[in-house]
Amino acid sequence: MNQDDLANIAAQTKQGDSRYDHVIKVCVAAGCLSANADQVKTQLESEVKQRGLETCCKVKGVGCMGLCAAGPLVAADANEKMFQNVTPADATAILDSVVDNKPAPAAIVMDSQLDFFTQQKKIVLENSGEIDPERIEDYIAADGYEALFHVITKLKPLGVIEQITKSGLRGRGGAGFPTGLKWTTVHKAAGTQKYVICNADEGDPGAFMDRSVLESDPHRVLEGMAIAGYAVGANKGFIYCRAEYPLAVKRLRVAIRQAESSGLLGNNIGDTHFDFKIEIRLGAGAFVCGEETALIASIEGGRGTPRPRPPFPAQSGLWNAPTLINNVETFANIAPIIRRGGEWYASIGTEKSKGTKVFALAGRVNNTGLIEVPMGMTLRDIIFKLGGGIPEGRKFKAVQSGGPSGGCVPEQFLDIPVDYDSLASVGSIMGSGGMIVMDETSCMVDVAKFFMDFCMSESCGKCVPCRVGTTQMHNILERISEGRAETHDLDLLKRLTGMVKEASLCGLGQTAPNPTLTTLRYFMDEYRAHIEEGRCPAGICHPVKAEAEVGV
Amino acid sequence: MNKPGVEICTLIIENRECGGRSDQTILEVAEEYGIFIPTLCRLSGLSNIGACRMCLVEVKGSNKLMPACVTKVQEGMEVTVNSPKLAEYRKTVLELLFSERNHICSVCVTNGHCDLQALAQKLGVNHIPMPYIHPHLMVDASHPRFLADHNRCILCTRCVRVCSEVEGAHTWDLMGRGTTVKVITDLKRPWGESESCTGCGKCVQVCPTGALSEKGQAAGEMLKRRQFLPYLSMMREVGR
Amino acid sequence: MLPTAKTISPPSDDKRWKIVDGMMRRHGHEPFALIEVLHTVQETFGFLNDDALRYVATSLKVPYSKVYGVATFYHFFTMKPPGKHTCVVCTGTACHIKGAPMLLNAVQDAAKIKQGETTPDGNLSLLTARCLGSCGLAPAVVFDGQVAGKITTENIRRRVMEYLSAESHVKDGHAVEEHK
Repeated sequence: MNQDDLANIAAQTKQGDSRYDHVIKVCVAAGCLSANADQVKTQLESEVKQRGLETCCKVKGVGCMGLCAAGPLVAADANEKMFQNVTPADATAILDSVVDNKPAPAAIVMDSQLDFFTQQKKIVLENSGEIDPERIEDYIAADGYEALFHVITKLKPLGVIEQITKSGLRGRGGAGFPTGLKWTTVHKAAGTQKYVICNADEGDPGAFMDRSVLESDPHRVLEGMAIAGYAVGANKGFIYCRAEYPLAVKRLRVAIRQAESSGLLGNNIGDTHFDFKIEIRLGAGAFVCGEETALIASIEGGRGTPRPRPPFPAQSGLWNAPTLINNVETFANIAPIIRRGGEWYASIGTEKSKGTKVFALAGRVNNTGLIEVPMGMTLRDIIFKLGGGIPEGRKFKAVQSGGPSGGCVPEQFLDIPVDYDSLASVGSIMGSGGMIVMDETSCMVDVAKFFMDFCMSESCGKCVPCRVGTTQMHNILERISEGRAETHDLDLLKRLTGMVKEASLCGLGQTAPNPTLTTLRYFMDEYRAHIEEGRCPAGICHPVKAEAEVGV
Repeated sequence: MNKPGVEICTLIIENRECGGRSDQTILEVAEEYGIFIPTLCRLSGLSNIGACRMCLVEVKGSNKLMPACVTKVQEGMEVTVNSPKLAEYRKTVLELLFSERNHICSVCVTNGHCDLQALAQKLGVNHIPMPYIHPHLMVDASHPRFLADHNRCILCTRCVRVCSEVEGAHTWDLMGRGTTVKVITDLKRPWGESESCTGCGKCVQVCPTGALSEKGQAAGEMLKRRQFLPYLSMMREVGR
Repeated sequence: MLPTAKTISPPSDDKRWKIVDGMMRRHGHEPFALIEVLHTVQETFGFLNDDALRYVATSLKVPYSKVYGVATFYHFFTMKPPGKHTCVVCTGTACHIKGAPMLLNAVQDAAKIKQGETTPDGNLSLLTARCLGSCGLAPAVVFDGQVAGKITTENIRRRVMEYLSAESHVKDGHAVEEHK
């Protein structure tokens, strides 16, 4: 395939779609599928057929539209008409509304002008909810693979890296390492064999950005990886994807097969000398494999235990070859940056955190789902404008960002801009983008215990601070939650948090104390209530101290 | 003879000017100069894994603590081996290890010859300020000559490494993860039934504690013989 | 000495070993294919057992202890045969604060098993997942491979009771047939 072929496919696909008066899009990402979206789609299709509207009305499965809480979602006419909580029985009403302009029942009509939709800025998710993730033609019609062709025919590897560096893109996996710098290091590293790895082992509980991108727009990730391969001099890529995401794996497999048979992956891509192949490797349920060196150990077929860095994977990674590891969302940003230029991307966001970030909004918030906003939006806007606030008139307590490595941010910091540095300044991290909202029904000791339990059982067990330290900290938190703790337990807890943070071998241990540290800092009164009064303010834990005293 | 690319560098360790090759670790150079850095999982002659975190040192200009056993020296490096923080962390590592399983020295076969006990004495660990976790683990006495008491194991993986790297049998490995990690032989079969074990006993000799011992030893009688290791580290030196 | 790949034969003449063999061949019997092959074994047989681990170890020339170490490191792999029905409660953060612990308790009470266990009659396995990535639908549960969202304790108890009662009939039926 060459550039003309690509343009032809794009033109044909666009023309094919413009034949229809109405395109009805049904979300077929995992969230809506579990609410029977596939049956909705089938019912809509047979309804269209029954009415003889096949020539003017097309029903198509698309990726995630974002508002998972209201799924299954259906949209039509360039998203002017949207429907929520749709059942197969609503197919008639939807067609009535779309084709005949009759008003649909209020229960299924969704306001497409919600802040949730209008306040977003979509770059990574630009195709999510728009294209059919299982059709490469759809992706090509949305300017897909244009950036790859531009890169391999017009740019030198360093020219590519220059654009990425200019864009100011930082790693979206959590740590926020400058992507351009990482690419430069791998590019410069000596060695004829290099690798590109896409980290799709989205292990943070409460985060589902990567799943959604892979399910909604898999080609975007493949294109980003191929561009990275060209830039750093690698001809082989691996996607390390969670086995818990079967739909994402399936769509990736379909996408790779399509790209290979279209000559967009494989040997001599676009009739140039550039070769790039991608293979999928399945994770097997180990959070620690999100750590670069553990991920490499896992791809090599071993136990996913990290090793000390340096040497960094950029110098010595997979099978000791220089290896570039980026996360799904980072790769998903690459094609748009190349298409529109690094400067364009750098014009979005804040001074030190450029571009947009996808967040998975969940927990005690009205609009749970996936959003993409420019860096620098305040937490308050995200939770109360886009998120629609806290349900049932309850009061906001904290928002947890960054999963087990992040922290709980209390109300007093709701007006900080969301970027890497501001979140770090209040003890949390950007992380991969999970954002869990908690209200007064959540107990912060319980939350701290929850995350420590997570880290304890996800610790690989290699280094002592993480293996035993998280266990001891978990036991203390359990004692506090059960009302069996003494005040000196708090001193021990504080001592261990500092030590585990600094002495652990890898990022898992180094960040494991964060949820505990932030809750200790901002919600000390709750800890005291458990220890001194034997009382859980949120009514989640059942400390026994008070009862014991009554018994005496 | 130095390999190409290996340079001689000067660095400061604990306020002393030291010289080393760029393929040496901080620990190796420090040992040459008689500067003591405590270690536990490390054993000269085996590969280094940086797991026990006893040898953490501060390197000027880095905000992270570095394990001396795997961190290569660099020109102009300034290394702090002893600081109040490092002393505190090393003590905490030992306390955590003592709390993790069951280390009652008075009834242990290696009492008096135990690396864990010796370090605790040297670094002034005199009580354990946290509850003992005390899991009830099995003692594997199925091997005709050796005994594996998992209650004494600190998961340093010296046995795993010596068996794989020196004996070439790879009888030992780790199973599980987090708190469930244990050393196992073959498919977690009793040691005596192992198909791959050669019975060489190297694992017993390198074990820092009483986890692996020879049968028929009373408390305090198990001496570890590691005379084969200096030869190995010499070979490693030549290979470099 | 380990025998060469050609002389190793599968643990049984079960046809399904051909699928596993195919996977190993595709990776040239390289040791680094271990996890991929274990995935295939589990997908094919539902779980991993000693026979399977021994076969994979000798075929890929990976030490037994390493194979066992890998199989037990990753929580996705199971060494126990799963029950006829599975109920996986998501314990991710969003599900946790929306009541996953109560769902877990409900199943434990109803089926009298703890997480990771299977009922004595082999009808139901109760499992937990770290996060299904269906946080928008929290709390989420996977019943026999199908994700269901916004589950209440009442929902889950009813499903579990259906599994427990419906299956015992089937079991009886089998038993009767066998007696004949």
